[in-house]
Amino acid sequence: MTGKGRALAWQAVAVVSATAVVLYFSYNVVTNLAVRGIQFGFGFLWAKAGFDIPFHLVEWDVNFSYGRALWVAGVNTLFASAICIALASVLGLTLALMRLSGNLLAAGTSRALIEVIRNTPQLLQIVFFYFAVLQALPPMRQSVTIGTSVFLNVRGLYLPEASGLAWDWISGLTMAGVLVAAVVWRWAGMVVPRLLVLPPVLIAGLVLAGFTAQWDAPALKGVNFVGGVRIPPEILALALGVSIYTSAFIAENVRASIQGVHRGQTEAAFSLGLTPGRTMALVVLPQALRLLIPPLTSQYLNIIKSTTLGAAIAYPEILQIFARTVLNQSGRAIEVMTLVLGVFLVVNLIASAGMNAWNRRLTLQGR
Amino acid sequence: MISLPARALRAGRLALAAGAAMIFATAVAHAQVSAPPGPTVEAIKKRGALNCGIDTGVPGFAFQDNKGVWHGIDIDYCRAIAAAVLGDPDKVKYTGTTAAARFTILQAGEIDILIRDSTLTFTRSTVLGLDEVAVNFYAGQGFLVRRSVGVTKASELQGATICMVTGATLELNIADFARSTGAKIGSLLFDKPEEAIAAMEAGRCDGYTDDTGSLAGMRSTLKKPDDWFVMPEVISKEPLGLHIRAGDPRWQKVVFWIDNALKSAEEFGVTKANADQMKATSKDPFILRLLGAEGDTGKALGLDEVWALRAIKVAGNYGEMYETHFGPKALNLPRGLNNLYTKGGLHYPLPIR
Repeated sequence: MTGKGRALAWQAVAVVSATAVVLYFSYNVVTNLAVRGIQFGFGFLWAKAGFDIPFHLVEWDVNFSYGRALWVAGVNTLFASAICIALASVLGLTLALMRLSGNLLAAGTSRALIEVIRNTPQLLQIVFFYFAVLQALPPMRQSVTIGTSVFLNVRGLYLPEASGLAWDWISGLTMAGVLVAAVVWRWAGMVVPRLLVLPPVLIAGLVLAGFTAQWDAPALKGVNFVGGVRIPPEILALALGVSIYTSAFIAENVRASIQGVHRGQTEAAFSLGLTPGRTMALVVLPQALRLLIPPLTSQYLNIIKSTTLGAAIAYPEILQIFARTVLNQSGRAIEVMTLVLGVFLVVNLIASAGMNAWNRRLTLQGR
Repeated sequence: MISLPARALRAGRLALAAGAAMIFATAVAHAQVSAPPGPTVEAIKKRGALNCGIDTGVPGFAFQDNKGVWHGIDIDYCRAIAAAVLGDPDKVKYTGTTAAARFTILQAGEIDILIRDSTLTFTRSTVLGLDEVAVNFYAGQGFLVRRSVGVTKASELQGATICMVTGATLELNIADFARSTGAKIGSLLFDKPEEAIAAMEAGRCDGYTDDTGSLAGMRSTLKKPDDWFVMPEVISKEPLGLHIRAGDPRWQKVVFWIDNALKSAEEFGVTKANADQMKATSKDPFILRLLGAEGDTGKALGLDEVWALRAIKVAGNYGEMYETHFGPKALNLPRGLNNLYTKGGLHYPLPIR
């Protein structure tokens, strides 16, 4: 047999045995479920949920189905992930730059923070931040009031809610327009920096939309605030807990990538008369980014998975709503866990694909 | 008129038939008496230990003292069953189970029985493939509320936020209650009771909800128990009890009758202290049968004759167990529905005969 033929034969053996293992376990599950009289199927997704989801970004009502609960909780997970990724990136970069700054105080502080953060359990930090946040916020009847209709207390941040057809259209179109413009900016040959133009446009659009909207302001009625939107303290604690923890790892990745850029680059930039700040921003960081993206991808994927720790502090994300409440109510352990794993797999594969695409673009521009 | 030989012949045939029937009946009766103990009981005996699934920690039902010893009515049940089946109440291996994982652990065969303040429900019996053997505590979902909130009835909780543990039927009951009464109650779901209680004490919510038995226990662990009270009203029925895997009718019967024996003992005044003496001196045939001095109840279950006597001697009859864990010297929860039917409660032990 030739080398190629042998390799093919081994691969065939591997595929056959992997399939056999999967088939064996599936058969095992199916027969054991049948023996115990447990039913299997995904029909339950259309059944009425009947429970409340305390914080939701998309519409939710107790009469909606389990399938909708998956969607609502999934959006909550994505929302928390997005906040944590943005926050962790900024914090990570800051910590890394502090550590490399050469300033003894900044470098020492950064080093101590990184060591403390990454050597204590993440769940513990999240619970710590949760109770720290709860302790820091005032009780409900002594809310911090901003203006006449913004309240901050231990139950959350209460904001007035805008509604109305004109509001929906103007604000929606502004946000979509700014997003599209941000993506195609350079491609369209614009010379002015995006950051200079787009934020003012966004703010102007939203202010204009605000004038057309009907506002529903929160007010204290009975035992609680009624009306408006409420941002719960859980999201703040989760964002702090997850992003601070991950920022320590990101900081080390950033530091490694910056140090991976050849010293000659910095020296060359200095000899051209660039200030240290501009050298970092224009010469070192763009080159470091190329080294940074692969480890950064892993950290981002970790963040998405870590948001499930929100279940411990009452943030209604997919694990808590679906793998706890729905699993318990429907009794569909295997189906529910398969769905939750599937959702995370799909989300993380998409995130990973996006990061890889970015990585490829940078690689092509380089050497 | 029938001739004499023919009559004799018929009488003989009748006698023969009767004899055969008697032999057959005896055989059937015999088969009924010496039934095999069933796979679960055999597995427990072979292992020499009962695998009992319990709560991870709720006063009254199952909690560890500072020496690591478990206490609670669910623990007493585990020990009574181990005493009846294995002859030794200490041969129990406890597995602490979370609300979310408990039934999966039972289905997977890691435990023989789940005694974990778990409500018997339709879904758990049918979809989960479990047998709901007995109720050892009648509870209802109630509320532990901060006094300063100033409410007295559940329907006044309109707009309030309540902390609770996920993985139980609590959030569904709240939503059902809200739908039927129009009172909108916000729910905040935690993985573990400790975090829910801590968040409640920090003011994140106005109260905590669970079954009334657990609430009394939880209140005793608060920093300032007097700032809080358990509402007298309940919004659901929570018959807490014993779950096993379906498909082992022998094990089901063993557990079912141990529960009945513990409650019968209270009904007939058999206690931990007087059980041995009652067995020797009682004139009541019911007590003699219960304690194994008469009849052969043990053989019918695949156990020995004094199975019930041993179970009773572990922690006393049902009333004594309740007294120990929920009585005035413990959590001080009135017996209410958990009394015998003769005293206005719901416990109605079936006759052992």
